[in-house]
Amino acid sequence: MTKYFGSLAIKHPDDLIFGYAPKPVSCGQGLTIGVGQVFPEINFTLPPMLINESNWNEVLSHYHNICENVLARAEKLRVPGIVMEFEHLPPMSMKPELGAEITSLIKNYLLEFYRRTGIPNALRVTVVDLRDADHPPLLRSGQRWEQTREAFILSAVAGADILSIESVGGKEVHDQALMYSDLSGIVASLGILACRDMGWLWDEIVDICKEYDVVPGGDTACGFSNTAMQMAGQGLLPATLSALVRAASAPRSLVAYEHGAIGPSKDCAYEGPIIKAITGVPISMEGKSSCCAHFSPLGNIAGAMADLWSNESVQNIKLLSGTAPEAFLELLAYDCRLFNIAENKNESRMYRDLLVRSDLEQSPEALMLEPQTVLRIARSIAQCPNPYTQTRNAIFTAFKSLQDAVDSNQLKLPSREQTWWSKIPGLLAQIPENENEAIEYLITTYHGVFNPQAYGL
Amino acid sequence: MDLARLVELGKIDKNTPHPPALIGQDGVLELTQLAIKKEIKAQIILNEGLMPGMHAIGEKLSRGEVFITDMLIAARAMNVALGQLKPFFLSGEIQAKGTIVLGTVKGDLHDIGKNLVKMIMEGDGWEVKDLGTDVSEEQFVEAVNNSTDAIVGISALLTTTMLHMGSAVQRLRENNPNTKIYIGGAPVSQSFCEEIGADGYFSNPHGLARELRKAPKLLI
Repeated sequence: MTKYFGSLAIKHPDDLIFGYAPKPVSCGQGLTIGVGQVFPEINFTLPPMLINESNWNEVLSHYHNICENVLARAEKLRVPGIVMEFEHLPPMSMKPELGAEITSLIKNYLLEFYRRTGIPNALRVTVVDLRDADHPPLLRSGQRWEQTREAFILSAVAGADILSIESVGGKEVHDQALMYSDLSGIVASLGILACRDMGWLWDEIVDICKEYDVVPGGDTACGFSNTAMQMAGQGLLPATLSALVRAASAPRSLVAYEHGAIGPSKDCAYEGPIIKAITGVPISMEGKSSCCAHFSPLGNIAGAMADLWSNESVQNIKLLSGTAPEAFLELLAYDCRLFNIAENKNESRMYRDLLVRSDLEQSPEALMLEPQTVLRIARSIAQCPNPYTQTRNAIFTAFKSLQDAVDSNQLKLPSREQTWWSKIPGLLAQIPENENEAIEYLITTYHGVFNPQAYGL
Repeated sequence: MDLARLVELGKIDKNTPHPPALIGQDGVLELTQLAIKKEIKAQIILNEGLMPGMHAIGEKLSRGEVFITDMLIAARAMNVALGQLKPFFLSGEIQAKGTIVLGTVKGDLHDIGKNLVKMIMEGDGWEVKDLGTDVSEEQFVEAVNNSTDAIVGISALLTTTMLHMGSAVQRLRENNPNTKIYIGGAPVSQSFCEEIGADGYFSNPHGLARELRKAPKLLI
């Protein structure tokens, strides 16, 4: 059953703020997200080591160690609540019973933590989209999908409170389109291929969540717009292109909510504020405190509308103050204290605006998270039900916002960005106007790169 | 406009819309065909007509004047020209630069970095054998056994898969101690490269091609 969000859940920029979501989510052990407080969402991974049968006990001991240390520090810091995200590594989804064993291990720690401290908490489990291993991916059938589906089911059975994924439908085309700055390919791969796959995939995930009473969290355009942002961060792609891709990826991530996801969204979905404005669901975001995992030009502004605040991922290695996961939990906890005291003292809008302004003029990508711009893009998406048109609208609206910022000197582009930016109107003019033309473009230009049947084409 | 400049700008043929300023003008395809028709030696077309265009865009990328997109667009045009020269490669009139075997290590599904290297190396005149993602040590060895002079590029993006690079290097060395092996990917570094005994580490996707352009004989 598809729900079309024809209007915005949040219509005024003042209401687009951290801690509050019109549709809060209750999950896990007494945790309600989106009713005024921001909670840390700690994520972690293994240090450099292989995962195999001979060292499985060593793998498990890392997760025991992470849980013990993170929760001990959470208690010391008196966090008002906490989400732990267990993001599968590929072998944990390829052999879903491995992922389930760790899920159960973490869940037991969280249950005991709640019993002992009363601190609300929840466990998010993010499954690897193994369908990416086939080229081109089959998506809706085959061993890879069966493994992915099994990983969801076993995670739910083992105690996941929230289920998420970073799905990859459309990525095989988007990767190429991105590398060649083919805006027509970017819009078609996101607005047609990715949206079609998201609709199919999230029907499946939501069914599993209903059967096992788990919250269907959401998806992220990580493989699309974060790829662009990371390449821009390394100077390989224009930051303005990365910003346009961010806006264009929002309709794709929106599909999860149209098909029954209720949030909280995934932390690396920087398109989250647009999703929050349209749907009203709480969102997880990551910024400066995810510097352990990757560079971001959005360190402060990413927090302006967050309901969960994440560190993306950190290896379980020893630092002077303890292990890295517990150290990063401490960072998140202090960030959240600041969010929550600002709310408590009726200073939340002032604090949000400082977060926004501190990053706004530094990068085109930051402009995509500015509340007014978020609402402009969100409106352009919500005004029509067709995902392709939504995606096309989003990229044109983002371009207009960036152009306004450039024209008003709010945003200064370096010279090679300017050279590239001058080509954009020509590239935008080439984007097919409707879905049929765009499908024709995909089939002609990306023949052999994707499997049309995998998308119901 | 000369062939090298057309390669640098990525102008494929008369019908392609890129770059907008050259719409309707001949591209790399037409000029290469014309050069062949005029019986200019294929090696000269390659070395003096096409490669300077790739070198020019590569240097601009290294100086931070353009984006990798510009280099890939140039590489795409270069590939069209190389297609025209294929009979001369097959007849032996042109010597190919060599073969590179590429793959992402076992257990790792990330491929965009590897794919970037692939496109750049192809544009630079290398034959690329792309083994894909989740590639086992045995698959790397088998590919090198099928192309004994090939160099190898191995990618990883996870802390839990990068260690497979070490075993892949070891197996490749056991198979043929002379095989040159290069690594790349977010979690790896020069010191890790030295630790596992690989021949080189590059932090960006164009680093290997650039290095090989400067000193191709290092490989032999």
